[in-house]
This record gives sequence, structure tokens and C-alpha cells, in this order.
Amino acid sequence: MALTTRNSEPLESYRSGPDEHGRFGLFGGRFVAETLMPLILDLETAYSEAQESPEFQRDFDYYAAHYTGRPSPLYFAKSLTESLGGAKIYFKRDELNHTGSHKINNTLGQILLAKRMGKSRIIAETGAGQHGVATATVCALFDLPCVVYMGATDIERQAPNVFRMKLLGAEIVPVTSGTGTLKDAMNDALRDWVANVADTFYIIGTVAGPHPYPAMVRDFQSIIGRETKEQMFAAEGRLPDTLVACIGGGSNAMGLFHPFLDDPVQIVGVEAGGYGLETDKHAASLTGGRPGVLHGNRTYLLQNEDGQIDDAHSISAGLDYPGIGPEHAWLHDHGRVDYVSVTDSEALEAFKLCCRAEGIIPALEPAHALAHVAKIAPTMDKEQIIVMNLCGRGDKDIFTVADALGVEI
Amino acid sequence: MSSGDRIASTFERLRKEGRAGLVTFVTAGDPDPGTSQQLMERLPAAGADIIELGMPFSDPMADGPAIQAANLRALASGASLIGTLDMVRRFRQNNSDTPVILMGYFNPIYQYGPSRFVTDAVAAGVDGLIMVDLPPEEDEELCDPARTGGLHWVRLVTPTSNEGRLKQVLQNTSGFIYYVSIAGITGTRSAAASSIGEALTEVRKHTQLPIAVGFGINTAEQVRETGEVADGAVVGSAIIREIENNLDESGRAKPELLDQVTGLVSTLSGGLRS
Ligand SMILES: Cc1ncc(COP(=O)(O)O)c(C=O)c1O
Repeated sequence: MALTTRNSEPLESYRSGPDEHGRFGLFGGRFVAETLMPLILDLETAYSEAQESPEFQRDFDYYAAHYTGRPSPLYFAKSLTESLGGAKIYFKRDELNHTGSHKINNTLGQILLAKRMGKSRIIAETGAGQHGVATATVCALFDLPCVVYMGATDIERQAPNVFRMKLLGAEIVPVTSGTGTLKDAMNDALRDWVANVADTFYIIGTVAGPHPYPAMVRDFQSIIGRETKEQMFAAEGRLPDTLVACIGGGSNAMGLFHPFLDDPVQIVGVEAGGYGLETDKHAASLTGGRPGVLHGNRTYLLQNEDGQIDDAHSISAGLDYPGIGPEHAWLHDHGRVDYVSVTDSEALEAFKLCCRAEGIIPALEPAHALAHVAKIAPTMDKEQIIVMNLCGRGDKDIFTVADALGVEI
Repeated sequence: MSSGDRIASTFERLRKEGRAGLVTFVTAGDPDPGTSQQLMERLPAAGADIIELGMPFSDPMADGPAIQAANLRALASGASLIGTLDMVRRFRQNNSDTPVILMGYFNPIYQYGPSRFVTDAVAAGVDGLIMVDLPPEEDEELCDPARTGGLHWVRLVTPTSNEGRLKQVLQNTSGFIYYVSIAGITGTRSAAASSIGEALTEVRKHTQLPIAVGFGINTAEQVRETGEVADGAVVGSAIIREIENNLDESGRAKPELLDQVTGLVSTLSGGLRS
């Protein structure tokens, strides 16, 4: 099965991908229907032009600062640090962004690009609803109609975000195929796109999909890592020792990691372990899956022997995806980033810890990252520094958490 | 290709008969392996000139509700890529003329191993492949080994293929061209025969290959109209819906399913034989 990696030369940098085929080594690519190919090639050209355009950069920076509220603080979590009794823990506070997560960094970038390309209709898929909300928000801001595909299961467990999207003027299309979660929502968004090629821009919410999406979404999210580096030098005068972020598709993680890939920093991505990797109910595609092709790219996937995609499971709707961005797959195979997993119950414990120790209700997604931080911090020296991406706030999750704790609200 | 080329001889025969061909699509293993095998075996006598056999996939992103459901039914009743190849092997025990084209998504083949798949598909009697999610940009994944190994590579040409793109798409295409008449998924809208005719004139400037047209063709009348401008008409969702209409409440095939579905195929093919 193993095909040769296109890039077999020794690496000078971990920040140079993708190549001209949209590959990160074996991973990535453009595995889409012919109908979509011209659009994806147009998008690639338009994005390259935008990257060179001072005007585009100026608009992106303007909205990041004045609309999203960037830079987000790099906060020393003193009380948590003391209670864990090891490395110093910093939170990159992307949960303070407008709309409550990192997702808006990407939707702002993509909608500015959609406007440049003269597109008049926006579609998106969403799992937790954070990307849906962030997309609906920028569509309201720029006055474009917005259709969000969301799995029926997710609609149920993320009711507050569904209502938010409606308030913002988006149309929500419930997806009942499969298990009614993120993968199925992405299938239906792709079906919409292929039928509405002339006017529609598809805002993908993570570093997955056909080239150029993985690179483009990473670039828009990399503002997280660039700020972190600057803020860390200002606060501590040096690089952190360890970076930790949770991984659904991997966009908040790539955003934090990418600017540090060539630095002497340990980097850890945390996948959702659901009920545990020994069960078949988890969403850890790197630790529990193998390479395959889905949603326009080759990456690690949860799948059976026959190549049928398995359903993922996580308590966190935003991590409930059987794949992962192709650049993560590549970083995994090169051993540059360590990928670990955290179970539903470990994430819940970390969720509670964050509320009590820091007065911050985190989203269940970064609660996974925090659970790993809680494991490693006590094993590290007091002089060492961990930065964790606190990429979303937990208001949307209070019903799920109450349910898991057996509390009625 | 050699004289054993079933696709070429089928289009040659159709030319002599002075008509276009009916290309029928069914999903392998839908609604169960036995029914699906029998259906496939009866398709040529019912009027199918070429058989497209869908390789079931859990996430058929380019398909509408009817074919999505067919994929899930097949998988639920135990379908797999090995099973699909088996089906073709059995079909070939009694049929050596009707071209069989496998259509589907790359991941099951990628897991099976592309070169092993090509070998096994040729041995089973498969004539060609239509891969939804392998555009020319990804030719080295399967197109190149398939063509070297003796399979036709039938490519989808779409309304979004402009002239430059068209040349690229046609480059490694063989057997015939599958012109997708609408930008969209299977089983939803249909395009007007007049607009298809114009589009095909454009495509024919660049290729000598026969052209079959599909997506949104549901009735004998549409088959007839398509046959006036193209070399073949592909019907998929309408046949799948007929299968669906002949399932009992628990999703099992009713006794009349085979007669009903082959009856529909005869009616459709009548559109080309009047
Ligand atoms: C707060 C939050 N974090 C993380 C994720 C997972 O996405 P990604 O891995 O792309 O950051 C989501 C997705 O919905 C989210 O809402």
C-alpha cells in the first residue's frame, strides 16, 4: 500500500510545505471530483495573489485587531501552575476572541478572500458549532448569505450555538446521514459546493480538505503562534519548552505550532481518546488510524480493513472527526510533533480543574489539551515553560458537561 | 487496446446498429449480495449495453440521497471491495461481451493496494474504472498503474471543464468519456438535451472517443433524447430508486424486485431502440 513520499530529500525546514502538488510528503493532495478542480485551482491562484497583496494583509490585520480583539493575551496561569507543582503554565487566550474561539481567525481570512473573488454565497460545515458561528458572524459582517451544514447529533448537543447561528442570519441544514456528526456535515457541504460552483465559496473550518485549504487555514491561524512567540519573549525573554494544543482537524494546533516548528521546542498535539483507544469509540486518527483518502486529502483516518470510514467518538463535538489535517500526519511521520490522546473523563476532570483553579470555563476541546498539561507539568522543572492553546470558551458545553456529571440544569 | 477490448467492440456494435448505448449503474451488493449478483447477470438481456458497478463507500461525496442509501445498504449487508471483484468474476462465467466499469472512490482501493487491485480487477474481468475523487492531478495514484495494467480509465468531463482543463482531462482518458451533464451530485437535477448537445460539440473537437452522458437521466424519453446527441446514456439513481421501491419494511428485497428493476431497464433501453 505504501506509496513513496514525493519529498524524500533531507529536511532543512519543517515549515516549507506543501509542495506544488499540495503535498506534505505523502499527505495532502487534491482528491476531489473533476467538477471542483477548476474551483480549487482558482482558489489557489486567488489565495497566492492575496498573500502578496498589502491591501489584503491590511484588511486582515485590521479586522483581527478591531473586530476579533487580537492580540489575545498570553496569560500566566499562576494558580494552576502552583497546584500542579511543576512547569510554568501559560494559556494563549484565544477563547477571548470575538465568538469565543480561534475559529474566527480563519473565517475572517477566508471571507476576505471570498469577497476578493467576487463570490456571493458562503457555505460551511460545523461540528461544535464554533466554526459555524464564526462563519455566520463574518457573513453578517460582510452581508453574504450563509448556509451551515451541521450533523443532527451535533445540533442536539450544541443547541446554544445553533441558536446563535440563527440569530446571525445563517441557514442551518441538519445532516442525518452517517452518525450525523462533522464528517457527514463535510460530505454534505461538498455536495452543496459541487452543485453551486459558480457563486459559492466553501469556508472549511480546519486544516483539512483539498489543497490549498490545509495551508491556507494554517496561515490564517498562524497569527496565534506568531503572537505567542512575541509575547513569550516579552514575558520570559525566551522560547517556551513545550507547546500543547488539542486536535480535531488540527487548526488551532497548527496555528500555534507552525511558527515554532524550526525552533528547539517540544510540541505535543492532543487527540480525543473518547472512551479509550482500546475501545472503538474515540477520535484519535493519528494514534488509532492509518493513512487513507477522504475529503480531498490523504491523511490518517479511522477506517476498517476495507477502507470504509469509521465513526469517531468524543465528548467534544469539535474533536469528533475521523481524520486530521495532512500537515499533522506528515509532522507525525517525521516525529517532529508528538501526538497523544486524552479520554472523555480526563478531559472532564481538566474542565473542572480549569474552572476552579483559574476561573475560566474552557471549551471541552482545549480541556483535552489541559488534561495532558496536567499530566506533564508535575514531571517538569519549575523553570520550564508550557504554553497551551486555550482555543475556546466553554459556554457552549455547559449542557454536555452537566449531562456527563449527572446534573440537571 | 487489443481486440479483446469489450468497450471498443460494444461501441462498434452500437455504431452498426445505428443507436446509442444504455449504460446502467447499480451499486455492488445492494440491497444484498445475492440479489445484486442476479440483477447484474440479468442487466444485459434487459437492455444494458454497458454495466457500471459502484464500489460501495461509506462517504460517497459526489452522490445524492438515492445512491448514498444504496452504498449504506450494500455495506450493511456485508459488501466490500473483495466482494465487488467476486461479483464481476462470477458475472464473467456467463458473460464475455458486456463491458463492466467499476465506479467509486479511491480509499477502498488505496487500502486494498492499487497495484494488487489492478491485477485482481483485470483477472476478474473488469474493463475500466471511473474514479470520482481522482482528478488528473492525482494520476500517479491509480490512473497510471491501471492503464499500464490493461484497464480503461474513463474520466468525467463536467460543465466546469474549460478548454484548457478539457485537454488535461482527456489526456489519459480511454474507452469512452463520461460527460456529467450538470454541476452537481447524482440523482438530482437534469440538464436540457439541447445544452448537452452544444457541450458535446465542444468536447468532440478534442477527442474521437465515444461519449456517454449521465447525471439526471431518469426516463426512457430522456434516454432517447440523450441518445440523439451522445453515444451512450447513463442511468443510475432511477434504477437505484426502483430497487428501493421494491424493499419490504425491514429493507429486504421483495420477490418481485428483479422483475421490476429489469422491467425498468427494458423500458429505458426502449428509448434507444425504437
Ligand atoms: C474551541 C475549539 N477547539 C478546537 C476545535 C477543533 O478544531 P481544530 O482542531 O481545527 O482546532 C474546535 C472545533 O469546533 C473548537 O470549537
